[in-house]
Amino acid sequence: MFSAADWSAIALTFRLALTVTIVLLILGTPIAWWLARTRSYWRGPVGAVVALPLVLPPTVLGFYMLIAMGPNGPVGQLTQTLGIGLLPFSFWGLVIASVFYSLPFVVQPIQNAFESLGERPLEVAATLRCGPWETFFCVVVPLAKPGFLTAAILGFAHTVGEFGVVLMIGGNIPNETRVVSVQIYDYVEALEYGRAHSLSLAMILFAFVVLLGVYGIRRNAKTSSFWKAR
Amino acid sequence: MGSVENDIKVQLKLNKQNSFRLDIECHLPIQGVTAIFGPSGSGKTTFLRCMAGLERPEVGNINVAGECWQSSELFLPAYQRAIGYVFQEASLFEHLSAQGNLQFALNRAADPISDLFFDEIIDLLGLKKLLNRYPNELSGGERQRVAIARALLIQPQILLMDEPLASLDQSRREEIIPYLSKLRKTLSIPILYVTHSIDEIVQFADYILVLEEGRQMAEGPVSDVLSRSDLSAFSGYNTGCLWEGKVVERSEDWHLAKIECFSDVFLWVKDTGVEVGETLRVRILARDVSLTLSEDNSTSILNKLPAKVADVTDDQDVGMVLVQLDCESGSLTARITKRSANELGISVGANVFAQVKSVALVC
Repeated sequence: MFSAADWSAIALTFRLALTVTIVLLILGTPIAWWLARTRSYWRGPVGAVVALPLVLPPTVLGFYMLIAMGPNGPVGQLTQTLGIGLLPFSFWGLVIASVFYSLPFVVQPIQNAFESLGERPLEVAATLRCGPWETFFCVVVPLAKPGFLTAAILGFAHTVGEFGVVLMIGGNIPNETRVVSVQIYDYVEALEYGRAHSLSLAMILFAFVVLLGVYGIRRNAKTSSFWKAR
Repeated sequence: MGSVENDIKVQLKLNKQNSFRLDIECHLPIQGVTAIFGPSGSGKTTFLRCMAGLERPEVGNINVAGECWQSSELFLPAYQRAIGYVFQEASLFEHLSAQGNLQFALNRAADPISDLFFDEIIDLLGLKKLLNRYPNELSGGERQRVAIARALLIQPQILLMDEPLASLDQSRREEIIPYLSKLRKTLSIPILYVTHSIDEIVQFADYILVLEEGRQMAEGPVSDVLSRSDLSAFSGYNTGCLWEGKVVERSEDWHLAKIECFSDVFLWVKDTGVEVGETLRVRILARDVSLTLSEDNSTSILNKLPAKVADVTDDQDVGMVLVQLDCESGSLTARITKRSANELGISVGANVFAQVKSVALVC
């Protein structure tokens, strides 16, 4: 059903999405924590910046990142002095671009989970001799587990589904930046509708299963069976 | 004043945005149950949260048994204070079973806990059958019992309880009260107990701090403070006194128990399955005490105590007076109409018989 090139695109997409999800969980958690708890004036502006990819066309984001990472951009100059070379049209360039592009999909579910916890579990933990770090890892993280699961799934799926940013930053290099969505685009351009169909249908199926999972988590998180099934 | 090591010294000043102020300076005993009493908005929960380190007052000096928890240079965060805290409403970790919640405390207790102590706590609070349940499978009362056990298992120096019964309905409250009484009798841990219920005070408390609008109105042993008629919370309809007595006799035929409150002052109370020799606490409300000039044997009232009038004061109700009585070494208050007082010629020094219509047995 899939050609060797298809499989390579699928593997690349999976690798990209997994990397981006891991980076986002590490990066997004402190941002979500800060947004959920701060009373600072900066809460609004920072929250808006995080949410920007929700409303901007991916081409805008991709365009500016291409410039920033290019030979004359600040990121590009930095990577060149560090001896990494240039990021555009590379796998890691895609990772960085995707991290920004998928940021709200990870930060917002985690932030919502943190906000819905309220102050009480933190206070209870403090009266049970938990310092701030222990409170975070032993109480906050397990209680916010549904939020983390939703965030990971959405971050992963959204990265799988991106196209515009990839095209702007990554181009179309087999095994390096040619992900499934780009592969489909290529097939359509070449009028190979049959191949486009099989990949597209696979994507639809994947998206449906993922969303089913997200709704399942949301429903189960309200019942005790969710906690029991650990 | 007690020795330095044996009390809790607290000085707190706090201004919140919404014009709420707390200004308290008190010395509390570090034994038994100390009730923090006041109407809602009087600052009693804030007081407790300051004790716990959950709230940071602008000025605060807290010394517990000679150990400084807060001063102008120091503020120990909550997790470094040797406290156990029971919150007003459910506070169990939802992601852990009852057992898991208790284990959470066990893992962090100051000293390793013997299985014996663990079993004692489980037994005391009747948790054996609940251990495998998750918080949302427990009733409000059961959750609160688990929360109390959890706070005890951390092995605190003081247990702080913020209206642990307030979020429960009457029947749940009655279900949990016996556990609290047992706790008070069995364990030696000092408890600060926030409440707005006089019933709970007379049942558990040994010492009381009365707050109103962020200030302390009174402080002292419960039996002293509760009989003060100058405190609005305890005056009028609620005026009464608290006596303690030892069970000396049980009359099984009549389901009555005789307790000796002071030498030669006996009261008959309902026998609730007490043991001879056990100490009971009774509350006698002024509205349940009537007066006769001579001992009346043609009455249904069982408890008739000879007494001497010590004082007669006006009640909040213009038609009533409060008669303070000396009854051997105890004092008693009767709330009667002005007209009766006048007709009987009640005046300071008069000898009367106090008829106690009912005795509320509190524990």
